Amino acid sequence: MSEPRIIDARDTFCPGPLMELISYMKRASVGDELELLSTDKGSVNDVPEWIAKVGHELISSEQIDNVWHIKVRKAK
Amino acid sequence: MKILVVGGGTAGTIVANNLARRLTAETRSGKVQLTMLSASDRHMYQPGLLYVAFGQMTPDQLYRDQASLLEPTIDFHVDPVKQFMLDKNQVMTEAGRIHSYDILVIATGSRIVPDETPGLTEGAEFFYTEASAVKLYKRLREFQGGRIAVAIGVPHKCPVAPVELMFSLHDYFKARGIRDKVHLKYYYPIGRIHTIEAVAKWAKPEFDSIGIEYETLFNIKEVDAKNKILKSEEGIDVEYDLLIVVPQHRGMEVIERDNLGEGGWIPTDRHSLAMKGHDNVYVVGDTTNLPVSKTGSAAHFQAEVLAENIASIIKIGAPVRDYDGKIYCFIEAGRDRATYSMFDYETPPDLKPPSKPMHWFKLSYNQMYWTSVRGLL
Ligand SMILES: Cc1cc2nc3c(=O)[nH]c(=O)nc-3n(C[C@H](O)[C@H](O)[C@H](O)COP(=O)(O)OP(=O)(O)OC[C@H]3O[C@@H](n4cnc5c(N)ncnc54)[C@H](O)[C@@H]3O)c2cc1C
Repeated sequence: MSEPRIIDARDTFCPGPLMELISYMKRASVGDELELLSTDKGSVNDVPEWIAKVGHELISSEQIDNVWHIKVRKAK
Repeated sequence: MKILVVGGGTAGTIVANNLARRLTAETRSGKVQLTMLSASDRHMYQPGLLYVAFGQMTPDQLYRDQASLLEPTIDFHVDPVKQFMLDKNQVMTEAGRIHSYDILVIATGSRIVPDETPGLTEGAEFFYTEASAVKLYKRLREFQGGRIAVAIGVPHKCPVAPVELMFSLHDYFKARGIRDKVHLKYYYPIGRIHTIEAVAKWAKPEFDSIGIEYETLFNIKEVDAKNKILKSEEGIDVEYDLLIVVPQHRGMEVIERDNLGEGGWIPTDRHSLAMKGHDNVYVVGDTTNLPVSKTGSAAHFQAEVLAENIASIIKIGAPVRDYDGKIYCFIEAGRDRATYSMFDYETPPDLKPPSKPMHWFKLSYNQMYWTSVRGLL
């Protein structure tokens, strides 16, 4: 498995982290891992909520130095 | 010193005009040559498409001749780039000409790609191109009642356009006296009704008060045009009578073909606007991969910073400013009210209550745009 693709959505209000993730997810292949970097604390809830609703996979979510690192895998 | 600007839209035009003015002496003496390559001899004011969709403007009002907008020292050619040869500091055009450069500015914008979503082209109306905006107007005019679904692809330029569209639809049918026969529903990709939190907080009670329904976490998967059903990635099916979509976007084909950026979005430094890995290539406007909204406003502020920096690189050997993520967007809240949203990388957007004067300001900006791209505003 290759390194996850990093999506740097720190310090962005529009389009915002989840919209950035959706955009990259559309172009990714099934099985690809993406790591979203976000400084928006809302991402901790809204990203897993969307991932669960669509049926992708949440790998991990952790905060390092005020940046949330949310790793997901495209499942379908 | 050869400066080549590729793209004659909002960003490219402001960069080129601003540079021409800052480098008047250098271009007159022949020390600097400023060239622009674009795909069209006309320049479209794209925000006007929303007015075309409601019969408030006709398409001819959206255009100016590109040459008339440019400073005379800019050598302008309608000859789009077919190939970027960044390793040789050259581009090749559709006409087969090679242009060499010392500094390259890429401002080729973005395009809608409805064909990438099954059934969308057959099943939905759009308004992000001239032809589709005119067609939508005709569909709206014929519409006597039923379910209108509005859905949004990702990514897309002008993130406030979908909200503006909803207010305009409400006002349009109200003015025709058939609002009670029209069911308006808005489908949005993320968990609130707009990506900017302040816009979502303001628009939600506004939608509620005028009977616009909404569903969030809804990403377009496909359209069954025959049976008029819109299907989402999240597994929801929606029946409609008229479907209006902001389709997903990509950058220009040549950007993807030459591997400048996946999806046509070029990896760009968020402050210097340099293309990552290339010191003499800069990227502005929609075609950057920056996490800022794809708007004329972002294109404008980026272009101003970049032109000042390129001019100072030529004059003193170093750039002088960083792009700070600044964006200022008008938001039309129907036919006679508007507000605006302003923010940058650090400052979250705030929103003022909509007012009539703000709407008049937006109407004046529709004309002021031409002064703005000339680099005079
Ligand atoms: C319906 C609608 C409403 C909008 N409303 C707003 C709004 O209210 N506020 C706002 O700020 N923004 C708005 N926008 C967005 C705004 O118009 C764009 O974000 C802006 O035009 C981007 O500027 P740009 O220079 O990056 O691209 P563009 O202005 O699209 O210009 C791209 C240029 O590149 C040229 N080109 C393409 N391919 C090549 C090639 N291969 N070689 C050379 N040249 C090439 C094209 O001919 C064009 O001149 C709206 C857009 C739409 C569609």
